Amino acid sequence: MDAVCAAEPQSARVERFRDVAREQLPRLYRIARRIVGDEAEDAVQDCLLKGYQSVDQLRDDTAAPAWLVRILVNCCRDRLRRRARSQEDVELDALEEFSLYRTIAYEDPFPYSDSLHLDFLAEFSVDDVRQVLLRLPEHYRIPVVLVYMHGFLAREVAEMLDAPLGTVLSRLHRGRKAFEQQMWRYATEHGLLREGVR
Amino acid sequence: MISCAEAVRRLWEYIDDVVDASERALIETHLARCRRCCGELEFAHELRRTLTDAAQEDVPDDVLRRLRHTLEELER
Repeated sequence: MDAVCAAEPQSARVERFRDVAREQLPRLYRIARRIVGDEAEDAVQDCLLKGYQSVDQLRDDTAAPAWLVRILVNCCRDRLRRRARSQEDVELDALEEFSLYRTIAYEDPFPYSDSLHLDFLAEFSVDDVRQVLLRLPEHYRIPVVLVYMHGFLAREVAEMLDAPLGTVLSRLHRGRKAFEQQMWRYATEHGLLREGVR
Repeated sequence: MISCAEAVRRLWEYIDDVVDASERALIETHLARCRRCCGELEFAHELRRTLTDAAQEDVPDDVLRRLRHTLEELER
């Protein structure tokens, strides 16, 4: 395959890049939306440009979608670093001890419910869930989005982020905890814990 | 038998089927005897689904059009 690609004219390689990128656009946009929110379109534009500039690295069509996502994730990280927003400093206290399941059981926000935990989740619209995700620090949000929302394996995410697998697994675990903790806070702040609010 | 804390820590990996056979057996043995952790498992399933559902989103036509245009504009 590499020998074939080495002999491939640049124009043909660019055309292959264009085909793959065109097919992947919706997926790239959805991933970027979950990581950088309103800057998603700009992040995908960055990704297309960087992908085009690195088109020499595009050798194997089957690996091309993951290659593009890797570029996109790095573009998103660049944007998040430039933002220096306070949301990155969101307090995540006592993460390891936090359990949303136990918190709901203990606080019992819907005393007349016989499916308390599921009723809690039902209070969240899709948009609420997305807002909660955007509260997570980048190093938790990115693995959570890629693995739990877009079906990548932790091993693939480790390659994308140039991070050891153990680091990604740890961030996934803490990212889940952070997501649960922020769900509870979001529900409290947005009045989702009052029965019949929606 | 593993503790509740150990079982709960591995629930999402269990749901995603990325635990090895011996870990799976340990978790299932625990779940067979622990009603509270079965509740945690059901909740983890739903929370996992909540996240997956939030990934689905229609891409606005104008955004898609602009991104396709960018692609076409890249030098041939």
